[in-house]
Amino acid sequence: MQATVEPAGAMETVACPDCDLLQQIPPLNPSDRARCTRCGHILATAPRDPLDLPLALTFTAAIFLIIANTIPLMGLSVLGLTASTTILGGALEMWQTGEPITAAIVAFCAVIAPALYTVFMLAVLIAARRPPAPHWIGEMLRWALSMQPWSMIEVMMLGILVALIKIAELATVDPGIGMFAVGMLVVLFPAIMVSFDPREVWKRVEWVDGRLHPLSAVRGTPRMEQAQ
Amino acid sequence: MSATGLTAAQAGLVSCETCNLLTQPVHPERPGHCPRCGAELESRRPRSIQYTWALVIAAAICYIPANLLPVMNTTTLGTTEPDTIMGGVVFLYTSGSWPLALVVLIASVMVPIGKLIALTYLLVTVQRGVQGGTRERTRLYRMVEIIGRWSMLDVFVDTFTVALLQLKPLMSVEPGLGVLFFAAVVVLTMLAAETFDPRLIWDSGTRVEK
Ligand SMILES: [Zn+2]
Repeated sequence: MQATVEPAGAMETVACPDCDLLQQIPPLNPSDRARCTRCGHILATAPRDPLDLPLALTFTAAIFLIIANTIPLMGLSVLGLTASTTILGGALEMWQTGEPITAAIVAFCAVIAPALYTVFMLAVLIAARRPPAPHWIGEMLRWALSMQPWSMIEVMMLGILVALIKIAELATVDPGIGMFAVGMLVVLFPAIMVSFDPREVWKRVEWVDGRLHPLSAVRGTPRMEQAQ
Repeated sequence: MSATGLTAAQAGLVSCETCNLLTQPVHPERPGHCPRCGAELESRRPRSIQYTWALVIAAAICYIPANLLPVMNTTTLGTTEPDTIMGGVVFLYTSGSWPLALVVLIASVMVPIGKLIALTYLLVTVQRGVQGGTRERTRLYRMVEIIGRWSMLDVFVDTFTVALLQLKPLMSVEPGLGVLFFAAVVVLTMLAAETFDPRLIWDSGTRVEK
C-alpha cells in the first residue's frame, strides 16, 4: 500500500515537474498562476471556467476539424489546368510519389494527432462534468496531453502560406473553405489549452486503486472554496 | 508560496509525471504505479541521459543528408531541377519575400542546429555535474521543447507544393529524399526533448542517474 501525501487543508503539495522542488500551491484566485519558487515553471493555473469553456471550444474545434479535412484547402489554376488539395490529399500525394514515411509523419502531425487530441479531450471534459469520473478518463487525459506537442495545425498553416507564396509566382491560387477552417483551428487549439485546467479533472477522477480522494468528492459536498 | 527546500527525491517521495500526485512509495527503487491515474511512477525518467544522447546523435547524422539532398524535384517541360532547403530559402529571398525567407531559414536551418547544440550542452553539463546556471539551463530546455515543432515547417511546405503542383505535362513536383531525413531530424529532436529529464539539471552533486 502506498502512502499518499495528503494536502494540508486547501493547500496542495506538489513537486515541480521541472526541478522536483516540493512546495505547496496556495488557493488561487481566478486567472492566477502559481510559479515554482526555484525554476519559475508554471505549477498551476486557475481558469475561470476550467471545464465548460474548454468543452465548448473543443466541440467547436471538432466541427472545424471535420470541415478542414473534407473541404479542399485551396484550388489552383494555370493555363486551363486545375488542381486542388485537402490536408490528407497532400499526405496521399507524398505517399504516391514515393515518400510513405514522410507522408505518415505529415498525416500524423496534421490530422491524426489533432483529431485524437480533440476526441480524447471531448471524452474527458464530458465525463468530468459528473464526478466521480471513471478512472479510464485519466488514461484518456494522458493520451490527450501526449498528443499536444505533435498536433501541428499552426505550423501546417504557415507551411501552406509559404507554399502558396512560392506557387503564386507560377499559377493563380484560390484559398477555399478548408483554409478558413484551418485558420479557426489555429486560434481554437491554444484557446482550449489555456482555458483548461487538468488539475480540475484529476480532482474529479476515480482513483485506479478504488479509493476516492477527499477533494474529489465534489458531488454532494460543498465545493472546497465555499467550505473555508 | 511556501517551499520546504527539499526535492521530492530527497524526501523519498515520487511525483507522478502524468497527474502530479505525490506519493511515498514503500520501495523507492520500485515505486510501482500511481494510485490515482495508474501511470508508471519514476523518480526520474529512466535512462534519460542514454536515450537523449542516442536520439541527439541520430538526429545529427540525419541533419547532414537533410541539408545536402534535394527536398523537391521540379520537372518543367521535361527538365528536372532539384531543390534543397537552402535553395528554397534563396528562392523566397530572390522572389522578393525576404520576411518569409527569414522565417524558413530560422525554422528549417537555425532551429534544428540550435536544438542539437542546446541538447548536447544540457547533456554534457548534467553529466559533468555542473552546479551553476540551473535556472538558465532549465529555461533553455523549455525553449527547446516549445520551439522544436516549428522546424516541421519545411516538411509541410514541400507536402503542399507537391500536392498542388501536379499539372502534367506542363509541370510536376516530386519530393526528394532530403525531406525524409529532414522530417526525421524534427521527430528525433522532439523525442530527445521528451526523454531528457530537466530535474537532472538540479540534481547535480547528488547524482541519481547511473
Ligand atoms: Zn521548479
